Amino acid sequence: MTAQASLERLVAGAQPVVRDSTDKTQLLVGIATCALAGGADKMLAALEDAIEKAGLQDKVEVCKVGCVGRCSLEPLLEIRQPGKPPRMYVKVTPEMAEVIVRRDLTGGEPIPDWLIDKGERTEVAGPGHEADLVNKFTRDWDHLDFFRRQFRVALRNVGRIDPESLDDYLSVGGYRALAKVLDEMSPTDVIACVKSSGLRGRGGAGFPTGLKWEFTYKAQGDEKFMICNADEGDPGAFMDRSTLEGDPHTVLEAMAIAGYAVGATQGYIYVRAEYPLAVKRLEIALEAARQAGLLGSNILGSGFSFDIELRLGAGAFVCGEETALMASIEGKRGMPRPRPPFPAQRGLWGKPTCINNVETLASIPPIILQGAEWYASIGTETSKGTKVFALAGNVENTGLIEVPMGVTLREIIFDIGGGIPDGKGFKAAQTGGPSGGCLPAQYLDTPIDYESLREAGAIMGSGGLIVMDDTNCMVDIAKFFLTFTQDESCGKCTPCREGTKRMLEVMERITSGHGEERDYERLARLGKACQRAALCGLGQTAPNPVLSTIRHFRDEYDAHILEQRCPAHKCKELVRYQIITEACVGCGLCRRNCPVHCISGEPRKPHLIDQDICIRCGQCYEVCRFNAVERA
Amino acid sequence: MSDVTLTIDGVSATVPRGTTIMQAADTVGIRIPRLCYHPRLSIEGACRVCVVEVEGARNLVASCHYPAEDGMVVRTHTPEILQLRRDIVELLLDNHPEDCNTCERDGNCELQRLAYATGIRERLFAGERKHYEKDNLGPAIIRDPDKCILCGRCVRVCGEIQEVGCLGQVNRGFKTVVMPAHDAPMVETVCTGCGQCVNVCPTAAFLEKDATADLMKAIEDPEMIVVSQMAPSVRAAIGEAFGEAPGKAYEGEIYAAMRRIGVDYVFDTQFSADLTIMEEGAEFVKKLAEGGPLPNITSCCPTWVKYCETFHPNLLHLLSTAKSPMSMQGAMVKTYWAEKMGIDPSRIFSLAVMCCTCKKFEATRPELFVNGLPAVDRVLTTREFAWLLRNYGIDFTHLQPEEADNPLGESTGAGVIFGATGGVTEAALRTAYYLLFQKDLPADALNFEQVRGLKGVREATLDFEGTAVRLAVVHGLSNANEVLDRLIAGGEYHWIEVMGCPGGCVGGGGQPYAGANAVPLDECLLAQRASALYNLDAAREIRCSHHNPSIQRLYQEYLGDPLGHKAHELLHTYYYPRVPMGVRPQEAQV
Repeated sequence: MTAQASLERLVAGAQPVVRDSTDKTQLLVGIATCALAGGADKMLAALEDAIEKAGLQDKVEVCKVGCVGRCSLEPLLEIRQPGKPPRMYVKVTPEMAEVIVRRDLTGGEPIPDWLIDKGERTEVAGPGHEADLVNKFTRDWDHLDFFRRQFRVALRNVGRIDPESLDDYLSVGGYRALAKVLDEMSPTDVIACVKSSGLRGRGGAGFPTGLKWEFTYKAQGDEKFMICNADEGDPGAFMDRSTLEGDPHTVLEAMAIAGYAVGATQGYIYVRAEYPLAVKRLEIALEAARQAGLLGSNILGSGFSFDIELRLGAGAFVCGEETALMASIEGKRGMPRPRPPFPAQRGLWGKPTCINNVETLASIPPIILQGAEWYASIGTETSKGTKVFALAGNVENTGLIEVPMGVTLREIIFDIGGGIPDGKGFKAAQTGGPSGGCLPAQYLDTPIDYESLREAGAIMGSGGLIVMDDTNCMVDIAKFFLTFTQDESCGKCTPCREGTKRMLEVMERITSGHGEERDYERLARLGKACQRAALCGLGQTAPNPVLSTIRHFRDEYDAHILEQRCPAHKCKELVRYQIITEACVGCGLCRRNCPVHCISGEPRKPHLIDQDICIRCGQCYEVCRFNAVERA
Repeated sequence: MSDVTLTIDGVSATVPRGTTIMQAADTVGIRIPRLCYHPRLSIEGACRVCVVEVEGARNLVASCHYPAEDGMVVRTHTPEILQLRRDIVELLLDNHPEDCNTCERDGNCELQRLAYATGIRERLFAGERKHYEKDNLGPAIIRDPDKCILCGRCVRVCGEIQEVGCLGQVNRGFKTVVMPAHDAPMVETVCTGCGQCVNVCPTAAFLEKDATADLMKAIEDPEMIVVSQMAPSVRAAIGEAFGEAPGKAYEGEIYAAMRRIGVDYVFDTQFSADLTIMEEGAEFVKKLAEGGPLPNITSCCPTWVKYCETFHPNLLHLLSTAKSPMSMQGAMVKTYWAEKMGIDPSRIFSLAVMCCTCKKFEATRPELFVNGLPAVDRVLTTREFAWLLRNYGIDFTHLQPEEADNPLGESTGAGVIFGATGGVTEAALRTAYYLLFQKDLPADALNFEQVRGLKGVREATLDFEGTAVRLAVVHGLSNANEVLDRLIAGGEYHWIEVMGCPGGCVGGGGQPYAGANAVPLDECLLAQRASALYNLDAAREIRCSHHNPSIQRLYQEYLGDPLGHKAHELLHTYYYPRVPMGVRPQEAQV
């Protein structure tokens, strides 16, 4: 029996939780980390309680799914009923859940104000809106900019299936790619397919995935390993977490495919211990896949054996670097080692090893099923396919998105992201996390691909995208990122260990009003030492936030260094609050709100701030109703 | 394996495939500056001092690991690289105490030399400096993290050459520090005290515990009688500390220098090396006759003894119970000699000048005390002794050689070669043969070439008049493990010699620093030191321990027979398992 036939048996017997073919009402509740942080567990309990009280247990099914990407609106509750357009309630509290059960489910009257689209859609999606493998959101949500402009390949199932159910994954085409590979393709076929898809590593460096597989395939070795790098560590990045929490099987399937292609029988998923939910779901998925014969020996009767072990990272950012990661798996201190030899030649325990990140792997099954040409048709000439971004910072729709390569920052931030909140202006976008760079408004129309971002002084990185409005101080932001990388430097190589520390000291001097003109030379020389001579990618990219902000926001640095002034009033030591005597009515509000009691004054007489005690928290400025506190 | 040809700074170099750029450059007279690199250790790639430009490469590469490729064009000193290298070394200086003038390594510091070579003239980056407490709690090794520049050589030598693994990097980023697990004092850890970390450290982050001050005090004390001994391999290396080429032995000059600094009686550890052979040889022959326990494993190396106590406690019964030459010498000084001279042993300051840092630890082992007094009061390393001579203004290399005092200064060629790996075995074989067959080996059969040399593990089966004697000689603890693994797996040996340091005592942790033009642990250097000892042996009239007249007299006048009651009391010891800090007793194989 072929692997595909074995799989069909599994699919035939599958009983998915989330499904179209039911006359029941399905309630999809996001229970990823973002939703749980928003209180989804309490809402879920209230919801189930209300359903029971309303006696709807037989008509309504509650399905727990991953994150659909609108993290700031969690907890989300999506209602799918045969013959009706789906409805997505947002920021659902336990109280709201009860009301929704009463009015919508029982009473048949949706509550438009609580819906994500305010009840805009009233029709069921018609012909032309069939869900395909990768665009399950298009059918129901293409009237919302947030979803319509996305193209979900890696995230195709996230939020659409129950991540703890293998049957759910099977029902949406899961493990078909693996079965196809096992039946119809040789390892070199698989490698050729991935190569011609143009897929590049989504962990940050953008190395062609097919080439990596080919190198490992060709490397001599009695044993080879396949590793999934799930040590996502950029501040503000959560692409991999969402994928693992929402669709763990896709990673397992892709690892088995990669293992088959490169000649590995053992895989490791290195996932951070700070992702307990992802770990739990991976464990469930691994167990289910082994039970079903989709992992382990003789997968689907094909003769190919492959199994996966989980390894938890203890929280070092640098362990996302592949050689440090492998050292960590081996039980050593997580420090990068020089390359070459590359992991493909000598990796884990000195054996040829292929290492890919979560998003890269999640893109593999669709590439196998839909074909390399299909994937290569998405994106730009040099950057094919799609990219997942974690949209964070001063943007309306913070959350998780996946877009075709080549879209512009403007489309992401203003169309999908909904623009800058509170009527503020856009100032900069940081791509690539602490290793990336800050891009100002003139780059808003730069297409997002590996080369363009590099040219602009930023990097693609793993997908963190932090938007900053015009109240941010770019010197302060650069200092923030540098603090992170300095803290996370493994301490092995000189430029990163010592150089980033000195850069940080310079930045601290600048933001406290003690900068001097030679600091530009210091930062440039230290930055260059890191970029050109550091041992690993972490060190080589660590100065990027500083160097890119100097390049794009030189005037702000000048203000700090030459005039001891922070234009955005963010650098505390450069800000001074004082009360304008003429405007102060002596209401005493500032005095009562001052946390350090440094404001004095008689009622109805002008107050005074004691500058020696003031900690420049800005409370007085915020609370004054008469604009009598001046910030300079 | 095919060759590759590359161009380095316009010079063509042809080297075997797999050669690194740095090695290739070395072959054509281009010495790329380096720091963390060490030819006998794994590649760390940490310091980044050796970065070079490779045409077509995206970034600079570290030449210490990057393989040379055919047609490669390398530039090692572009303006960019020179500036970068200067900045990198400046960064190291910024986090270093820079107390050069008062530092033990002043004038012999790799960082100092590098700072000079890179031409740092202006300091632009200075800021905070890391600070960690100095660990000077132990008797042998001092760890001063403030001076550490994190090249990782100590970590690698400890883990790779010695397989002790006492040291590791702890904390991250700027706070990174090399220390034992749990920040335990070195003395409470698995540290064997071998001092190889001191040997390979480019700065003064590891040092031996200074004993010169105590010696100087004793010398100035009119009540104290200072009696010295010096290890065989001190004479093979001390010249290097005074700028002489390696390989030249200084013996009479050291005796003379000892007297110049005020030592009252100048003896030599080689005397008791002969004594050790008498006891251990007899012990070995007895074990052979009685059928065990075999193999007899040597115990004169304190590093090996501590290693065995820590990592192989179940093999301790195989160790020879004979004390080390140093401790035997001390014991004889404070008993036999003191009685003979009518001196109260408590007035004797017993000084040992050793190639070894661990001897400082050995001297503190309570079971080696004699009548409540330490057999050896203070141990100076070769380095400390050389410094002391400078301090006293002694022009060492121009001293007229003198003779050692007697009776504890007389020695044979067998005692001399103790300092080289395999030497103890060779010396023991010369005497064991005599003990077994009551006749000497022919003069032309005294050299046992099978056990000489620097191969990590040397095994041989000797035909002793029809009896096969299976030997293993190892130096460096990783090599010891190789043989011990075989032994544990059922391998049959009659005799195993273990020396903790690479090359044996000539490569001891207390020997002079390698200097500007050499590399610590360099095999060539070790071989030269060893050959100095073998040459001394060859030139001796008496080359077997049992023919040492002073030894014979010692047994007649005082000890009786080897392994006899008195000998047992004064010349033998015992061992015990050690459980280092952080290891739960039930986990230790006690």
